[in-house]
Amino acid sequence: MALIEYREALNQALSEEIERDPNVVLIGEEVAQYNGAYKVTRGLWKKYGDRRVVDTPISEAAFVGMGIGASMMGLRPVIELMFWSFATVAYDQIVNNAGQIRFMSGGLINCPIVIRGPANGGTNVGATHSHTPENWMAAIPGLKVVSPSNGYDAKGLLKTAIRDNDPVMFMENTLLYGEKCEVPQEEYLIPLGKADFKRRGKDVSLIAHGRSVLIARKAAELLAAEHDIDAEVLDLRSIRPLDEEAILETVSKTHRVVLVDESKPFCGVSAQISTLIMEKAFDELDAPVRRVCSLDAPAIYSPGVEHLQLPTPDRVIQKVREIC
Amino acid sequence: MTKTEAIRPKPAAKKRADNHAMAPINARLTPEDKVELLRQMLRMRRFEQASLKFYNAGKMGGFLHVYIGQEAIAAGTVSLLGEHDHIITAYRDHAHALAVGMSMNECMAELFGKATGCSKGKGGSMHFFAPDKNYWGGHGIVAGQTPLGLGLAFGIKYKGLKGAALCFLGDGAVNQGCFSESLNMAALFNLPVIYIIENNRYSMGTSLERSSAVDRCLAQRAEAYGIDWALASGEDIYEVRAVTQKAIERAHHESKPMVIEFDTYRYYGHSVADANHKGGYRKEEEIEHYKNELDPIRTFKARLIAEKSLTEELYEAIDAEAKAEAAASARFADESPFPTVESVFEDVYFEVDRQTEAGRTGRFFFND
Repeated sequence: MALIEYREALNQALSEEIERDPNVVLIGEEVAQYNGAYKVTRGLWKKYGDRRVVDTPISEAAFVGMGIGASMMGLRPVIELMFWSFATVAYDQIVNNAGQIRFMSGGLINCPIVIRGPANGGTNVGATHSHTPENWMAAIPGLKVVSPSNGYDAKGLLKTAIRDNDPVMFMENTLLYGEKCEVPQEEYLIPLGKADFKRRGKDVSLIAHGRSVLIARKAAELLAAEHDIDAEVLDLRSIRPLDEEAILETVSKTHRVVLVDESKPFCGVSAQISTLIMEKAFDELDAPVRRVCSLDAPAIYSPGVEHLQLPTPDRVIQKVREIC
Repeated sequence: MTKTEAIRPKPAAKKRADNHAMAPINARLTPEDKVELLRQMLRMRRFEQASLKFYNAGKMGGFLHVYIGQEAIAAGTVSLLGEHDHIITAYRDHAHALAVGMSMNECMAELFGKATGCSKGKGGSMHFFAPDKNYWGGHGIVAGQTPLGLGLAFGIKYKGLKGAALCFLGDGAVNQGCFSESLNMAALFNLPVIYIIENNRYSMGTSLERSSAVDRCLAQRAEAYGIDWALASGEDIYEVRAVTQKAIERAHHESKPMVIEFDTYRYYGHSVADANHKGGYRKEEEIEHYKNELDPIRTFKARLIAEKSLTEELYEAIDAEAKAEAAASARFADESPFPTVESVFEDVYFEVDRQTEAGRTGRFFFND
C-alpha cells in the first residue's frame, strides 16, 4: 500500500486505463501540456503524447460533443471539465446527446464516455464555479453519476467508469485532491452502484456522498466522544445507479437517518433518498428523516462565510440530536 | 448587387450545369447509375408525400419536417460515400435515412410510433439512426449534431481510417455557438469533417435575411477559421456530387475540413404546423417558382431524357414503384404493434439491457 493523494489516485487510474485500452483518450482544457488545472493529469501527456492526451480550446460544448461523437465510433474518451460548473455550457451535449441517443436510437448506439472534474463549493470562487450538479445529472435517465469521497474509491471507481459502456458523470472535489489515503499497488475495481460503510454504528445512520462523507465521519466521531451516540456512516459512492439495498439495510438497523449532502436541498440527491426511505422503509423509522445540505441559496464568495453554507459537522450533530 | 441576390444566384446556367455533368465523378456514371440517383430522389419524395398524408390522417404525433424540394442534396452526397465515410444530420432526416439504405418500412413505422420502427418507436421523425450504415441520426436540437460530427471525424482520424464525416445542418443552425466552436476545432485539429449547410432560406418562419448577418453567404464564415468553403446549387444533383466529391477527397487525403453551402428550398412548412401558406412568411409565387423552375427531380429527369438515359415510360415505372413502396410501408406501419409501456426501460442503459454485472448492480430506475 502507498499513501497517495486523491489526485494521484485518479492519475494512476487514467494512466492504467490508457495503457490497457488503446481507445481511451483524454480530452479537455489544459489536460496535456499544462498537466491539468488541478494536476490530475500530471505527466500523462509527456508519457503518452498528443494522440492520447488532447488539449482543447475553451469550448465545452464542442469538446464534450466531440467526445460523445467519438464514443459512438468506439473510442472511450475521458473528458475533463475544469469545473463541473462548466457543464452548463455543454448541457445540451451531455443531456440530449450522451443522455438520450441510446434510447432514441432504440438501443443501436451507446456512448462509453466519462466526463470528470471537480464539483464542489468551499473554495471561495463564487456561485458560477461552485455548483454541485450531481442532482442535475442524476435526474436524467441514461446518465450515471459517481462521486467518490477518497482516493482509494476514486481510483477504483474511475477505472470502472472508463470501462462502463454508458455515459458516466464522474464528480470529484478540489478540496479532496490533496487528501491522502492508502492505495494498493495491485489493480482493483470498484463497481458503480455499490455503497460502502465507512463507519459502523447502531444509533443513527448518516448517509452521504463525496466530501460530505468526511463531514459525516467527523460528526460521527464527535457524537461518539461527546454525546455517546454511535453513528453509522454510509458512503453512497454512486448516485445513479444507487445502492438501495445498503440504504435500507442501515435504516432498518438504526431506525434514524440524517442525510448529509452538499447539493442543494430542493430536488437534491437527499430529497430523492428521503423519498426512497419513506417509500420503502417507512415502518422502520423511529423519527423523521433529517437533512443537512448546502444552504439553499447561490454559493457565497466570502471566505468568512462560505464554509458555513456547506454542511458542517456541527449542523449534522444538531440534526442528529433532534432525533436521538 | 444586394445581399439577397448574392446569396441566391440565378438559376444555374446551362453551361455551368454541363460543366458539373462533365466532372469526373459524374462523367463516369452509367445510364443505370443516373437512373438510380433519380430513383432515390423519387423514393424520398413519394415516401414523404405518403407520410404527410398519414400525418394528416392522424396516424402520427408531434412534428414532421419534410425534405421535399431538397432531395438532390441527400441523394447526391450519400451516393459518394465509401466504407469509412459517415453522416449525421438534423431533424429533417428522412431522406438521408432512405439514401443510406434504410427501408421505407422501418422509417414509416417509426413515424407511426410503432415497435417495428428504426428506433422501436422511441425516437420519432427527428431521430432516425442506422449506425450499421454509418448514419448517426437524426438530431432534434438545432446544431446539436455539429460537435458530434466533429467527434465522428475525430474517431475516423484516431483510428487511422481514410474517411470523412459529413455533418448536415440547416441555415438556421449556423447561428448556434456550438457550430462556431466546432469549426474552430475542426480547423485546429485538422479533422476530416465536411459541414454541409442546406440553406433552404428559412429557419422555421424567419428568412435568412432576418436571421443571419452575411457578406456573401453563410459558408463564407469558414474563412474566419481558415477553412475552405464552397457555395453551390443544391438543386442540380451533378453539382452536388461534384462539389462534395472534392471535399471528400480533401478529407480523405489531407484530413482537412470543409464547409459547403447548398442553395435549396423546401416546398412545405418547417414542420406540418406552419404559418406558410396562409399569408405567412413567404409568398405562394415564391414556392411555385421553385417547384416549376428549380425542382431537383424535374430538372434531373429532363436532363436524363435529353441525354437519352431515361424514357418517359421508365420514369413512370420508377415513380409508380416508389409510390407503391411508400404505400406498402404505410400499410406495414399501420399493421405493426405499438411498443409496450415496459419498453421505456429498455435501451436506456447499455449495461442494464445486456444484464451485465454492472447492469445488475444498484438501482437504475426510480419508479415507486
